[in-house]
Amino acid sequence: MTRDAHSPTRRGFLDITARFAGGLGLLLTVAPGAGRATPASMQSAMKKIVGEATLAKGKVKLELPPLVENGNSVTMVVSVESPMTIEDHVKSIHVLNEKNPQPNVIGVHLGPRAGRATVSTRIRLADSQKIIAIAEMSDGSFWSDEAEVVVTLAACVEVL
Amino acid sequence: MARILINVPPKAKRGDVIEIKTLISHDMESGYRPDNVGKTIPRDIISLFVATYNGAEIFRAELHPAIAANPFLSFTTIATESGRIDFKWTGDNEFLATETALIAVE
Repeated sequence: MTRDAHSPTRRGFLDITARFAGGLGLLLTVAPGAGRATPASMQSAMKKIVGEATLAKGKVKLELPPLVENGNSVTMVVSVESPMTIEDHVKSIHVLNEKNPQPNVIGVHLGPRAGRATVSTRIRLADSQKIIAIAEMSDGSFWSDEAEVVVTLAACVEVL
Repeated sequence: MARILINVPPKAKRGDVIEIKTLISHDMESGYRPDNVGKTIPRDIISLFVATYNGAEIFRAELHPAIAANPFLSFTTIATESGRIDFKWTGDNEFLATETALIAVE
């Protein structure tokens, strides 16, 4: 076993292992999100709000940061395009999530006296997930917007 | 007593859309967190917020455990007349807090 004969294979082996490990790591970072899924509970919560009506995309604007460091407090702004008159206004806005223990986040009720349909608050996110905002109009139609958020430090689970 | 911060413009022109910001100190204990011996801490949250303008409701919000501690809410209303805007928070364990802001509309 001379040094010259040994080192190339060893180098080759290390190289292959490193590549494999790197690839595995990449796979693991891309894969999560499959487990602990409760989109079903979100769907049923959505049903409760929307009922038999159809949910259309648009009019609503849900603003959330795409990358969140701390899921304990995430600023969220929901605004809805509406003239906010007595004949045509936003009746309510509901925000739902996919992976917190409960699907509901907030439900607000407004009327023509709001002047503008813009609401802002701070929410908790237990995981990287999809958030959806649904607006109910005075004519009975429903509109929605979605946002994907990546959370580094999750809320709810950590011990103080 | 919970500490409350309210931001309402003291003066406004009639018909203007004004922004109201509210902040109240509250842990909003979600009911899903374990304590230091692994027992789940029971839920203790503010579940309802109502704002009334001279007695008429202008904004109502149902809060769930997914609202961050020290709930912050901002919303808008049209300045219709001078008077008072009352804010009321209610929640678990008979939590009740109220605050009033005065507004002069010209």
